[in-house]
Amino acid sequence: MNDNADPISFTTNHTTSVVGTPLRHDSAHLHVSGRAIYADDMRLPAGSLHAALGMSTIAHGRIKSMDLSAVRAAPGVVCVITAVDIPGHNSYGPILDDDPIFPEALVQFAGQPIFAVAATSTEAARRAARLARVEYEALPAILDIREALAQQSFVIPTQTLCRGDPRAALQGAAHRLQGSLTIGGQDHFYLEGQIAIAIPQEDGAMLVHSSTQHPTEVQHKVGEALGRHVHDVVVQCRRMGGGFGGKESQPALFACVAAILAAKTGHTVKLRTDRDADMIMTGKRHDFVSDYEVGFDERGRITALCVMLASRCGYSADLSGPVNDRTMFHVDNAYYLEHVEIVSHRCKTHTVSNTAFRGFGGPQGMMVIENIMDDIARTLGVDPLDVRKANYYGTSDRNVTPYLQPVEDNILDDITDQLERTSDYRARRSSIAAFNAASPIVKRGLALTPVKFGISFNATLYNQAGALVHIYTDGSVLVNHGGTEMGQGLFTKVAQVVAEELGLPLQRVRVSATDTSKVPNTSATAASSGSDLNGKAAQAAAITLRDRLVAFACAQYKLSATQVRFAADRVLLGEETRDFTQLVREAYAARISLSAAGYYRTPKIHYDRVSLTGRPFFYFSYGVAAAEVAVDTLTGETRLLRVDILHDVGTSLNPVLDIGQIEGGFLQGMGWLTSEELWWNPRGELKTHAPSTYKIPTARDWPAIANVHLVEGMPNREDTIYRSKAVGEPPLMLGISVFQAIRDAVASCGAGPLPSLPPLPAPATPEAVLLTLNRLAAGRAALVEVAS
Amino acid sequence: MAAHPEKYPAKTDCVRFMLDGHVIEASDVPATRTLLQYLREDLGRTGTKEGCAEGDCGACTVVVGELVGEPGTNAVGGTEGGIEGRIEYRAVNSCIRFMPTLHGREVISVESLQPARGGGTGNGDDELHPVQRAMLECHASQCGFCTPGFVMSLFAFYLGGQDANREAIVDALAGNLCRCTGYRPIIDAGCRMHSYPEPARWSRADAQSPARHAALQALRGAPDTNSQRAPGFFAPTSLNELASLYQARPDALLLAGGTDIGLWVTKHLRDLPALIYVGDVAELKYVREVVYEGGGMLKIGAAVSLTDACAAIVGRYPMLAELANRFASPPIRNSGTLCGNIANGSPIGDAMPILIALGASVLLQRGNTTRTLALENLYLGYQKKALQPGEFIVAVRIPLPLAAEARTQRVASYKISKRFDQDISAVCSGYAMEISNGVIVSARIAYGGMAAIPQRAKHTEAALTGQPWSEATISAAVPALAADFQPLSDMRASSAYRLQVAGALLKRFYFEYNPVATGQASRVNGIEIDRIEIDHVASAGA
Ligand SMILES: Cc1cc2nc3c(=O)[nH]c(=O)nc-3n(C[C@H](O)[C@H](O)[C@H](O)COP(=O)(O)OP(=O)(O)OC[C@H]3O[C@@H](n4cnc5c(N)ncnc54)[C@H](O)[C@@H]3O)c2cc1C
Ligand code: FES
Ligand code: FES
Repeated sequence: MNDNADPISFTTNHTTSVVGTPLRHDSAHLHVSGRAIYADDMRLPAGSLHAALGMSTIAHGRIKSMDLSAVRAAPGVVCVITAVDIPGHNSYGPILDDDPIFPEALVQFAGQPIFAVAATSTEAARRAARLARVEYEALPAILDIREALAQQSFVIPTQTLCRGDPRAALQGAAHRLQGSLTIGGQDHFYLEGQIAIAIPQEDGAMLVHSSTQHPTEVQHKVGEALGRHVHDVVVQCRRMGGGFGGKESQPALFACVAAILAAKTGHTVKLRTDRDADMIMTGKRHDFVSDYEVGFDERGRITALCVMLASRCGYSADLSGPVNDRTMFHVDNAYYLEHVEIVSHRCKTHTVSNTAFRGFGGPQGMMVIENIMDDIARTLGVDPLDVRKANYYGTSDRNVTPYLQPVEDNILDDITDQLERTSDYRARRSSIAAFNAASPIVKRGLALTPVKFGISFNATLYNQAGALVHIYTDGSVLVNHGGTEMGQGLFTKVAQVVAEELGLPLQRVRVSATDTSKVPNTSATAASSGSDLNGKAAQAAAITLRDRLVAFACAQYKLSATQVRFAADRVLLGEETRDFTQLVREAYAARISLSAAGYYRTPKIHYDRVSLTGRPFFYFSYGVAAAEVAVDTLTGETRLLRVDILHDVGTSLNPVLDIGQIEGGFLQGMGWLTSEELWWNPRGELKTHAPSTYKIPTARDWPAIANVHLVEGMPNREDTIYRSKAVGEPPLMLGISVFQAIRDAVASCGAGPLPSLPPLPAPATPEAVLLTLNRLAAGRAALVEVAS
Repeated sequence: MAAHPEKYPAKTDCVRFMLDGHVIEASDVPATRTLLQYLREDLGRTGTKEGCAEGDCGACTVVVGELVGEPGTNAVGGTEGGIEGRIEYRAVNSCIRFMPTLHGREVISVESLQPARGGGTGNGDDELHPVQRAMLECHASQCGFCTPGFVMSLFAFYLGGQDANREAIVDALAGNLCRCTGYRPIIDAGCRMHSYPEPARWSRADAQSPARHAALQALRGAPDTNSQRAPGFFAPTSLNELASLYQARPDALLLAGGTDIGLWVTKHLRDLPALIYVGDVAELKYVREVVYEGGGMLKIGAAVSLTDACAAIVGRYPMLAELANRFASPPIRNSGTLCGNIANGSPIGDAMPILIALGASVLLQRGNTTRTLALENLYLGYQKKALQPGEFIVAVRIPLPLAAEARTQRVASYKISKRFDQDISAVCSGYAMEISNGVIVSARIAYGGMAAIPQRAKHTEAALTGQPWSEATISAAVPALAADFQPLSDMRASSAYRLQVAGALLKRFYFEYNPVATGQASRVNGIEIDRIEIDHVASAGA
């Protein structure tokens, strides 16, 4: 239908009244008063049961026997299920079928769910789940990436992206450098843990309330697990208490288990994981190791690059294919790489299966190239910013990515120059040098790093969306769309779009819970695409309705279409105006349909999965951040002192929501690279599975000086919703500036010749920083020895 | 606004507390049922959230009001009976707070801040409390799941009436995690909340209204304080009663703030024995300075919260302010006790290193018998303490810096963790040295995180004692730490790091008292304490 609708009346220059204004989150008043309802807050029908999962205790092995008699006999227990009790398909894998709900026999990570209990209370279920007696035949477990590489243990085949002749170019390079880097994973730590409530309906149907970014996938997986059709399952989600990618493929597990238990018992079943279980049994951001060799010229411009990327995928594929593809596609970040080879290994380990996380592999790719930029600058003894700038994509030449998509919307030079000025980068660079010269213990560091992030799902098919808009006869409007609300303000933005199109104040528009029975076949709210896709779909529906009202008004009042306009809650009909409501009532009386579906698919994109080339991204989002840190060289402790950010959201749909995404993303990125460390013991058990041991940033970590701004006056060149740009993921990677600033501070330590700067492992915990300082000191000492 | 409890027939076997002006009588609650469970599941007040059930995320934060300083009780702060009655409101983590400990107190959850509402009226922004309005207008919520907890932490701060600057707000929010916002708008909201007009509900005046006082007084005065509030829960109100109860039931578990014990229930699903609650023993709620010939000490009773204990200690040892601030979080410090920390005696507990260094001791009691034990002798081995069955800690005694010797005393405690706020130490150190004429005449050093118990570094002390107070001496002493400690590797730090950083902290101790050596700054984190000489403090306090 109204594909890619470009409303005649709204060009880019149109001044909007609702869109683009700093309106608050549609649930803000509910959040602050505790009245926003999350899945766990829903009142349950009488007789509802509560579920808990039983977990494996070894990383790899076969279940020899599973004695659940004590579990069954425990007080309050109503039902216990294992793999054999699954009525339908035993899988919740999003792409491949390698994620069993419960393994039949083969356990592949410590903490893998192997059975479930439903009981009269959460506590009873959790206590009972601990009573299982399971015997295993242990198998050797692969617990880290290097070991997996050595054993060629992969979940899916290795991919290679190559352009030009990097080997030859390396040979001919003026300078060459080798290095490697380890990049840690990250737990999502959404404040609301995984939860699903399954409510049996008549005739075999199931209603599921799931905290999910992907209701359609939950619907499909629940249908398959129950051996039912998709139309038998309805999945709803009004809001999540945070998602960050952790509720893309993971919620299906919890929903399937709740649904199977509900189907078996005939009762409503709630499965809410506690924080430890959640962190142990759900996937995280992939950790990586990378080895690289780079060739560059006197200015630091890269002439050849060979990069090996290896990620910990865990025991199954989950979304690791597209995640690692995106890593490959973001090794370039903001830089032109003429001769480049990127090899990407997707390692299989006996640890939890890693999954989507804000940035979806992109951040790890960027970390590699940013590290290389820094290495080059240290080698040449120049400011890393100058090396970065020398390598930026061009606007007319040097502007084709390794996957052969031309960069057509490059604003890197503009925004970098601007931030360099407003952050006073050069002056601070010299005052920091002076400070460091006089301060043997505390060292400061500064780094300005860019972000260029491709927007669209890599897989073209996901780039579509639907919406449903109803106008009721009191003039109120109800919108439903395929996107989900996880705090990012998507519902607010979509409501703004609909209100704008219908000339209504925002209060007239309500967005209802995402519901698979209202808008079907949706994509995950992921890849930052929420407002791009759903905003356009809702706009299309609103325009359809407006067009119907215009047509009606033209017929009724003998007007031409240009004489009918919607603004400020009223409708201009030639010389007269009417209340919107009044016109709606007249239209209803004249039997005009006041409900419309809208649909959108992203234009221009295509991608060949075999050659790894095409135009996977509709456009790019950009940003720059300058971070200044202090490092205590005695202990390795660090502190962020100041950050300056300039970020590109095209023409903002809502500046306060966008700023919120930028600030939150930045701090989350900084947490990933500083304090958030995942630690497994030698048995493959994750030991950082609660906030007591896994440390996300707190309020103190937000720096005392922070200047965060949107890029002004640069609308999206592509025809996106009101020329805005996606904002969910890209700001996370602004956090890389903090990591590079720490590296800058480390580099300034000690006297004597600077050996090649030892790699700083991420996250840069105090221990990692001190370790690097030790290596640097040892390297210096060795150099001195050689010299003498 | 507050109801009159006398209207209600007082039940005996129940937990009675105030909520929104009503007395709630909770019967048949298991002793370890948490306030969070009760609010959400029994009362349907789902505004308070569970994010971790271990006191670490703050999603469950509520405020508890308690009448303090009424005649007849020993008010924290010393002078008996002299202070006018006041309701003290403090943020706590409801997820690890056992229901029976709320007896006689007032609970304020996020729902309390606005008038009760039946159905869905409009947005009702006018009815929002200034804290909520500030949060709303600063766009301080995204997913909103953390928001009620932040609102309640800020609300406690609001009632405290302190100046709301960035530092103070950040301190107040150390126990609240937000994964969405980056905190900036929340900090802004905190800084702004005092600028709104006084609300009709829960203004600072309303919080101390005679009606609220009367209601709490009546609750507390009710004759049933001693009866069983919940099965297996004993709440003695006098020290004698406590001592004989515990002697008669040495298998019972003493419960103080429950910030350790709570987790045994919520995280480890342990079945606990009978609980004997020390929190209602008025005789244990004191902080007192005792001065005698040749010395003096700070005596802190077993029912004193970490918040109050830290305030008293920092009053005497200002250089410990940072440690106090970084000890858990405000809501944990509001519930937890110093003596609980000592009794739990975790090898990574933060109070012990500095208290051992300062030469603190504990006053123990069993039945009618009391004895004093040097704190360092309390710890025999991992989770093994020199306590007899039925013996408990009455108070901890911390030597005061006295003017005469203070002139030469150097004291510090440092904590190393992955995150600055609200983290468990990888290493925590305590130092107390006396310097005379440029020579270290005595050195007491203790570390946490380095051994199975909080432990003195005797080899290192020996290497320092009698040596000149110089960088060279410190450097020469650092290797002795390896003789003192063979630390473990775990998720917080490796053995090698622990050992290296233990030495680094000793150096920091020197540098901090000798800033010349370090140029601009001696560390990146924490409060700038350029050479705080204890004699300044002592004379200021005198
Ligand atoms: C989120 C969080 C963060 C924390 N952060 C820190 C931190 O940064 N640093 C740190 O050191 N600790 C920290 N802790 C641990 C905890 O707060 C402290 O150990 C606290 O001081 C314990 O006191 P309590 O009153 O809560 O003890 P409880 O939990 O009530 O009791 C602890 C133990 O002491 C025993 N006990 C209590 N009182 C007595 C007594 N008078 N005589 C004999 N035995 C007694 C109890 O039987 C029990 O075995 C943290 C805890 C949490 C939940
Ligand atoms: S639920 Fe996290 S602190 Fe209580
Ligand atoms: S708003 Fe989502 S955790 Fe704070």
